[in-house]
Amino acid sequence: MRDMMLLIEPLIPRLRRYARVLLRDSAAADDLVQDCLERAISRWHQRRADGDARAWLFTILHNLAMNRMRQTARRGAHVQVEDASPAAVARAPDQEAGIHQRDVLQALDRLPDDQRAVLLLVTIEELSYADAAKALGVPIGTVMSRLSRARTRLREEIAGRDQPAVSHLRRVK
Amino acid sequence: MNGGRPITEDDLQGYIDDAIDSRRRAEVQAYLASHPEVAERIAIDRALRDTLRDALAPIADEPVPAELNLSRLVDRHRRPRRDWRSGPWQVAAALLLMVLGGAGGWGLRSVQEPPRAGIAALAQEATESYAVYAPDMGRPVEIKAADAPQLVQWASRRLERPVSIPDLSGAGYSFIGGRVVPTPHGPAVLYMFDNGKGTRLTLLARNMAVDRDTPMKLETEGHVTSVSWSRDGLGFSLVGPLDQAQIHPIADVARAQFSRAI
Repeated sequence: MRDMMLLIEPLIPRLRRYARVLLRDSAAADDLVQDCLERAISRWHQRRADGDARAWLFTILHNLAMNRMRQTARRGAHVQVEDASPAAVARAPDQEAGIHQRDVLQALDRLPDDQRAVLLLVTIEELSYADAAKALGVPIGTVMSRLSRARTRLREEIAGRDQPAVSHLRRVK
Repeated sequence: MNGGRPITEDDLQGYIDDAIDSRRRAEVQAYLASHPEVAERIAIDRALRDTLRDALAPIADEPVPAELNLSRLVDRHRRPRRDWRSGPWQVAAALLLMVLGGAGGWGLRSVQEPPRAGIAALAQEATESYAVYAPDMGRPVEIKAADAPQLVQWASRRLERPVSIPDLSGAGYSFIGGRVVPTPHGPAVLYMFDNGKGTRLTLLARNMAVDRDTPMKLETEGHVTSVSWSRDGLGFSLVGPLDQAQIHPIADVARAQFSRAI
């Protein structure tokens, strides 16, 4: 139990972040993380001792998130990420780079769920490609192609922002 | 041209994520040097990655809410809810007892009802009082800390013995006030403490007809733990949304003060 605490506890902030950005709803995200932790506690002994705790936890969390998103999709609910996490968008724009955090978050929000999940796991939570593949339950080649597509799409969205007319059209859902 | 393996899209992704070895990395760099349009795209991707990391970093810096306190979740897992006291098992048990002996169904009373006396009853009453008064934002206490002498006088008169207010400030909890509350075993005094961060503890004290001198007993129900003990016929129960390891030392402080005072 003690090694479980040491391995899991430091990851809780990351699990919360992943769930929140994926679900776009902080209360639902914390519920999901609680479910995830409860499962992790009860299944800790089933985990392969040599396996990576981070990949294992993200696998549990991602599966719960997918179930939840399928349910939410049936109900048709949708909350924008900026509504859900004011802290994440309240920061000053990154003027020097010419890229605004708000724009990037909005572009992230518009990615298809599978692309958003890959991008978050790899670039934000810094899972290896192999661990991301495990967490998502897809082959590593799928991780690579989704990652590439996610980045292309983000880049195009941000480029679109420089030409207001184009981005306006693009923003229409 | 470097003459080696051609650079793939996967190599470019790996370059952005710092996920390729240094040799391949050098090859990608050489490729980018001779393909400025790809280099520009990769530079934007890296900038986007950094912007996203910065934008989402504050979420991981937020304090973790109490519901996600791992030791509390572990504790709850170790002490599963007493399922036999509720749900289908209770129905099954009732039916079984009825079938076994008609009026024998009365036997179930002892299972269903809360403990009727002693330290277990005290803990139950204290937990109930905590649940009613601690979350009360408007009027958690009837007499505020500023009028502590009045409260002590009231409590001591109703309990027919002196009941002082313990000082838990060493544990970070300041006294905010209290009231006299009813229990099935007569009046009790409820003192309330607050740590300034929204966590409240209550201490219930009443006279004990049985279990008049009892060592500490800890009980956790859901998020809430009670520590109950008695001394010279006066029972105490400290209740709060803490785990046992957290609340036990605070109860020790209170008990030590009462041992001196009484």
